[in-house]
Amino acid sequence: MSLQKAEVEKIAHLARISLSEADIPLYTHHLSNILAFVEQMNRVDTDSLTPMAHPLEATARLRPDIVSETNQRDHFQTIAPQVEAGLYLVPKVIE
Amino acid sequence: MHNKTLTELAQALQQRQCSSVELTRYFLDRIERYNAQLNSFITVTAEIALAQAHTADQRLQSGKADWLTGIPMAHKDIFCTQGIKTSCGSKMLDNFIAPYNATVVEKCQAAGLVMLGKTNMDEFAMGSSNETSYYGPVKNPWDLQAVPGGSSGGSAAAVAARLAPIATGTDTGGSIRQPAALCGLTGLKPTYSLVSRYGMIAFASSLDQGGPIGLTAQDVALLLNVLADFDPRDSTSLAHPSEDYQSHLNDSIAGIKIGLPQEYFGEGLSSDIGQVLDVAIKELEQAGATFHDIHLPNTALAVPAYYIIAPAECSSNLSRFDGVRFGYRCQDPTDIIDLYKRSRGEGFGAEVKRRIIIGTYALSAGYYDAYYLQAQKIRRLISQDFAAAFKEVDIILGPTSPTTAFNLGEKTDDPVKMYLSDIYTIPVNLAGLPALSIPVGFVKQRPVGMQLIGNYLREAQLLNIAHQYQQRTAWHRQIPPQFA
Repeated sequence: MSLQKAEVEKIAHLARISLSEADIPLYTHHLSNILAFVEQMNRVDTDSLTPMAHPLEATARLRPDIVSETNQRDHFQTIAPQVEAGLYLVPKVIE
Repeated sequence: MHNKTLTELAQALQQRQCSSVELTRYFLDRIERYNAQLNSFITVTAEIALAQAHTADQRLQSGKADWLTGIPMAHKDIFCTQGIKTSCGSKMLDNFIAPYNATVVEKCQAAGLVMLGKTNMDEFAMGSSNETSYYGPVKNPWDLQAVPGGSSGGSAAAVAARLAPIATGTDTGGSIRQPAALCGLTGLKPTYSLVSRYGMIAFASSLDQGGPIGLTAQDVALLLNVLADFDPRDSTSLAHPSEDYQSHLNDSIAGIKIGLPQEYFGEGLSSDIGQVLDVAIKELEQAGATFHDIHLPNTALAVPAYYIIAPAECSSNLSRFDGVRFGYRCQDPTDIIDLYKRSRGEGFGAEVKRRIIIGTYALSAGYYDAYYLQAQKIRRLISQDFAAAFKEVDIILGPTSPTTAFNLGEKTDDPVKMYLSDIYTIPVNLAGLPALSIPVGFVKQRPVGMQLIGNYLREAQLLNIAHQYQQRTAWHRQIPPQFA
């Protein structure tokens, strides 16, 4: 499967990653090679197989729905890029 | 002092031949002297190490010490360490001071181990050569022109050059075993979720597993005793009763049935490595193990399946890095989408971006069945191959890596070529099995690793075989000449 430049730009946008214009040809080349490599999976008939999402077939263990952590908001926000009154600041979306 | 095993160091501490502070200073001095050549540490925590060593000495004097109390160690920079930078090898987390400790770090602290610092690694553990780190490549102590392997290459280089007696690593597709092999060390990837993943920055959650990298199987067993435990904070943690992984090291291996998968000894394997493995196999045969040809017929499909599953999981796990709550934020974003895109575009390196994009593509509408679902079915086939093999044999033996350490820059232009470095390690992660790599010789002065794969929770058996091999050989005692 060979990807085109526009497809790479679209996927990068969906993944919320900016790519520089100069880098896109190399990404397109590498990503196409990787997809061509993984294509060999399609030679195998897997109709009768159940997908395996977890190596031990386990499901996530649940715990009682009770508060077990203390509030550490101030502590956690000391590493934030920008905060105000306990809120994370981001650029305006709507003018 | 620097060539002593953990057992020898522990005895020296307990017999008061040296104090933990002296031992810690000794290794800090070696880091000071040699790290510039190797680039194996991102952060050296000298003050914290000396404070921990002082506390350890008090424990040793009061008779309240555990077996490893006072021993210095290093943690891969993927484990969160409270109050200390945890970068995961990325510009994205260059300013991240973790607000809590990973369970692995907590357990080491509780046992009295002393943290020397945080080791370099491929960015977000994505790489097989340690060349994708934001902090620059790590060099292999056996040859400074060669890579140490990845992604736990900083840990492996630090232990191989004796800058730390032991270190932690993580293994998503071979990232403990492959650098252990390329640096002449013993590295264990435990059964999936035997060691807690709480506080370990997630790359691919159904594959990631932390474990030890050390000089010997005995050293690895001792640290595994500290690390392996049920953790209620990790919802996937195995409720497995605690074991003493040291207790079976001296068992006889007579009669153990070891399988040789024919697919691991085919044309992809360097013939020099094949010859070194033949000698190691004969050594185990003399110790009483029996060898049987087996097949793992879907081995070739493991790497393609992995390079859909791991990127798919990483595209989800790494979505948390968006420039809002912590980590890198771009300058002067115009709106929220620009904030996300440029923070991620500028904060992540090329390999991480490649994998996020592949993962996003594989999970997108129209491609999910063809890529992601198909990869999950192939994963089933790989797992079934191992299950069938373990009906015939106790242990599977093969190479860890198809080649010895390659040169820096040799594979960086071709991601697929790089991905194939892990062809013998990746199947184990897909199945969730335990496996270790031990040094078995050299080809052109570069170490060769042999991989032993066990059935679920058979770590003790793997370590037993490795220890018996190491009792008969001295490959694990070799030191890179520049760091002797």
